[in-house]
Amino acid sequence: MITFMNNSDSEEEPCNERTSLMSAESPPVPSYQDGLPASEAGEPQAHRKRRTGSSRSPNNIADGDMSDSGVPVRESALENEEEELTLKYGAKHVIMLFVPVTLCMIVVVATIKSVRFYTEKNGQLIYTPFSEDTPSVGQRLLNSVLNTIIMISVIVVMTVFLVLLYKYRCYKFIHGWLILSSLMLLFLFTYIYLGEVLKTYNVAMDYPTLFLVIWNFGAVGMICIHWKGPLQLQQAYLIMISALMALVFIKYLPEWSAWVILGAISIYDLMAVLCPKGPLRMLVETAQERNEPIFPALIYSSAMMWTVGMAKPDTAARGPSQQMWDAEDGRENHRSPSHADSQMSETRSPIPTRPITSFEELEEEERGVKLGLGDFIFYSVLVGKAAATASGDWNTTLACFVAILIGLCLTLLLLAVFKKALPALPISITFGLVFYFSTDNLVRPFMDTLASHQLYI
Amino acid sequence: AFFWLVSLLLSSLIWFIAVKASDPRDEPLQKGLLIFGVMFSVLLQEAFRFLYYKLLRKAIEGLVALSEDGCSPISIQQMAYVAGVGFGLMSGAFSMINLLADALGPGTVGIHGDSQLYFLTSAFMTMVLIFLHTFWGILFFHGCEHRRWWEITAVVVMHLAVSGSTFCNPLYVGSLVPSYLLMAAAAAWAYLLSGGSAQNLRRFLLCK
Repeated sequence: MITFMNNSDSEEEPCNERTSLMSAESPPVPSYQDGLPASEAGEPQAHRKRRTGSSRSPNNIADGDMSDSGVPVRESALENEEEELTLKYGAKHVIMLFVPVTLCMIVVVATIKSVRFYTEKNGQLIYTPFSEDTPSVGQRLLNSVLNTIIMISVIVVMTVFLVLLYKYRCYKFIHGWLILSSLMLLFLFTYIYLGEVLKTYNVAMDYPTLFLVIWNFGAVGMICIHWKGPLQLQQAYLIMISALMALVFIKYLPEWSAWVILGAISIYDLMAVLCPKGPLRMLVETAQERNEPIFPALIYSSAMMWTVGMAKPDTAARGPSQQMWDAEDGRENHRSPSHADSQMSETRSPIPTRPITSFEELEEEERGVKLGLGDFIFYSVLVGKAAATASGDWNTTLACFVAILIGLCLTLLLLAVFKKALPALPISITFGLVFYFSTDNLVRPFMDTLASHQLYI
Repeated sequence: AFFWLVSLLLSSLIWFIAVKASDPRDEPLQKGLLIFGVMFSVLLQEAFRFLYYKLLRKAIEGLVALSEDGCSPISIQQMAYVAGVGFGLMSGAFSMINLLADALGPGTVGIHGDSQLYFLTSAFMTMVLIFLHTFWGILFFHGCEHRRWWEITAVVVMHLAVSGSTFCNPLYVGSLVPSYLLMAAAAAWAYLLSGGSAQNLRRFLLCK
């Protein structure tokens, strides 16, 4: 399904929305270490107790006391170890996520500041039909709210559709949809982007070279994202497609609608992930029931996918849009020959439904954190819009950048505390929006006046 | 960095309200308000440094409680240094980045009768401020750790002095020279507090 936009040059917009976001963390090591020394009988009990214990504050050892006599001492020791390891690896995970988010934002800001194309108004998406060129403020506000409602409902409908597809195991459909959308992103949007960049720097390029470059870029990208490839190359491609998508959003969303949409989508993310009937939560639970690992092509993961996939079932990971399911499935099939060699697959099979499987050989550093690509996209949209529309002020962009990173930090901290899937958007976007509006309106006149008198604070 | 940003936000909020509430044509009043804004901002920055110290203290206590051998993986001195660098970088970035962006474009410096050395002096001033923030971070945290209030007040007074000296601009000798002297003093002080000594320095320089 490709839809065409009305008043613009014929640009196609994929109707898959990479919007649901969550950051995920594979379960910390101690939960696996638990399985090893404990006996089979004691283990599920200890595991259960620990889960209830870990959801409370780390110092609350009293929970452990409620269990059997043999368990409490081990409980407290395990809990401490678990918390410490969580915190230690939490810090590493934060850095592992800072780098790609920063890179994506840098690419977006650099493009916005240099290439005129992305700040020109050339029409709107059909998802935001109401124009903002209205005479009165009230009318403009109303139009932006209506645009937001339409956009969010499109997103909700597609998410629910994907959840249904996943539930009824229509993997081929999801797979096809996913391939089509990444095809379009990798080829068409890259072509347009490259064209605009070359135009800006007045570099001539002939069609055969262009064709060769884009063909190679796109083909390698498809392979890396949907199949196997070096981890860093896959990460680089994911960052690039997030940046491209964010640029499209920045160009085609009208001003006020963009801000209202950012706010609304973080609320939606919060609800979709945390409410019991939320589509994303149902997605995670279905995936966990079926013991299927969650996915590759639309989640950015900072560690090797296959190890995380094997370790998983219990991980709190969520995909931005459910097209990932299918790619994951496809990936699984590709991966199974390689799994045959590893020891772990053998040990996996006799352990059918236990939510946590023990892995002896997995190193800690191979577990990474996962962040949905929709998160990347919306963070970059916020920073890019700040760069584009904040009266040419770099301070605002910088302030939004810091705010988003701090929000990400806090989200990861909460993730370490709660140990389940959490929406990555709300905190960061809230901070980002607050800082954008306040820096633009309050800090800018202050700093400008200070700079003109050359005063320093 | 985040804490510095929040303090900047609050201080500019105060200044903005004050400006909006006052008469825009009254020049001396505007200048007075600006000075008040600057002083208030300095005090707020130091207050936020203190808050940040409290937060880091709690974090270290948590880490120590959880670690196996009773000592935390990162010491309070390292945190002081990092906090100082964060504050400094953020303040430096906010001071310089618009200047740098404008410097890329066309124009003549000081064409309306202002100083021609604007960019140079801004660069030096920013640099000295960044260093100062780093040293103040170390001094401040050390003072909080050992409950030496005079150290904390010294930091605040120094900050006020440096900001106040910029009021002499464009008479640059009045602002740059004292700032650099203060920076040298703060550097020596912070070095001594962190356990350095003249002997260490000599050994380091002679590569023994």
